[in-house]
Amino acid sequence: MVITKNDIFSWLEEVKDPEIPVLSLVDLGVIRKVELDDSKVIVTMTPTFSGCPAIDMMKDDIIDTLKKYGIDDCKVNVTFKDHWNSDMISEKGRKAIKKFGIAPPPQNELVIDLDILENVNCPHCDSDNTEMKTPFGPTLCRSIHYCHGCRQGFEQFKPLQ
Amino acid sequence: MADDQLIIGHRNSEWNGLGPILEEDIAFCSMAQDKIGQSLAFYSILHEMGESDPDTVAFTRNSPQFHNCQLVELPIGEYDFSLVRHFLFDTAEYLRFNALAKSKFEPIADVSAKIKGEIQYHIMHANTWIKQLGTATDESIERMQKAINVAFPYALGIFEESKYEGDLIDDKIFIGEHLLREQWIHEIDKVIASTDLVLPDLAAEEAHLGGRYGEHTEHLQPLLTEMSEVFTVDPSAEW
Repeated sequence: MVITKNDIFSWLEEVKDPEIPVLSLVDLGVIRKVELDDSKVIVTMTPTFSGCPAIDMMKDDIIDTLKKYGIDDCKVNVTFKDHWNSDMISEKGRKAIKKFGIAPPPQNELVIDLDILENVNCPHCDSDNTEMKTPFGPTLCRSIHYCHGCRQGFEQFKPLQ
Repeated sequence: MADDQLIIGHRNSEWNGLGPILEEDIAFCSMAQDKIGQSLAFYSILHEMGESDPDTVAFTRNSPQFHNCQLVELPIGEYDFSLVRHFLFDTAEYLRFNALAKSKFEPIADVSAKIKGEIQYHIMHANTWIKQLGTATDESIERMQKAINVAFPYALGIFEESKYEGDLIDDKIFIGEHLLREQWIHEIDKVIASTDLVLPDLAAEEAHLGGRYGEHTEHLQPLLTEMSEVFTVDPSAEW
């Protein structure tokens, strides 16, 4: 069987963000490049945040997953070229994040200021009557909010340029 | 830059468990994590250019071999001091990485373009508190002003020129410390002007220099010793 790049991408769908286990790395938008050379595969990815501690785990998960499909020679490179921004999350990924209970980031926002972090749409009840509690959260990529509609706290996947 | 990020990251992390409120505890820890990740990105560039691996560079040098500015090594002090240092330092960082994102040296430009987005959140945090505490009560204004007066000469040391300043500017790698300092004064002045605080008189202030050349305060070595404790006991330890 000849392995194509499309095969690799579809297998990479199985590799999830360790902190949001419903979101694949492909939908997160961090896979930059897949190179095939005979039986050798090189995957190039980029971090969401440079201090993200999940990077090493993601690299191992990619290698383990591709091994399952018979690829024994796989290398994962990390690059800062064409760096990640939150608009790179796919539509499917945004839906998965919301279903998981986290508000997806606002889209096409070039200027990130306090205004766009306020009144984030609540992932539980869809109310916009919410406020930001802090732009920092349990992981580097999340902020903490409170919804006055359903009186619950929630997190948002932070917008990043 | 890598040393600045590493040292301020470790200082910020000292608020872990001690922040005045939970949100601030999380904020300083998140910023610490960002900074240490950013230092890794820069140490990795050095590694690709032939320097030792990032852990060796971070954990096996002593104080005179560090090139961070003295501002970042000062103890965390009271929360007012940590907030003011965070404001003065991060504003400078944001402008530095904004400029370096256009650097002719591509690896630096790529990393800088990435981390300036992260630092945006740090500035947002700093500005919120400077504006809040700089206009709140007599006590808050007095404490913030005192912290500014202490931190300011050290903050001027951020812009100490390296031996290679001229070459970096000529080769369009960096706009230069002088220009950066002017942009910085302009930005911090905008925020300070919206409060009851005042910036010290620039003409009367003398910058605390030497950090870029390995001259440090007595506070750096104890921090390095503590930071490298596990590495010294067992360099192969993973955690």
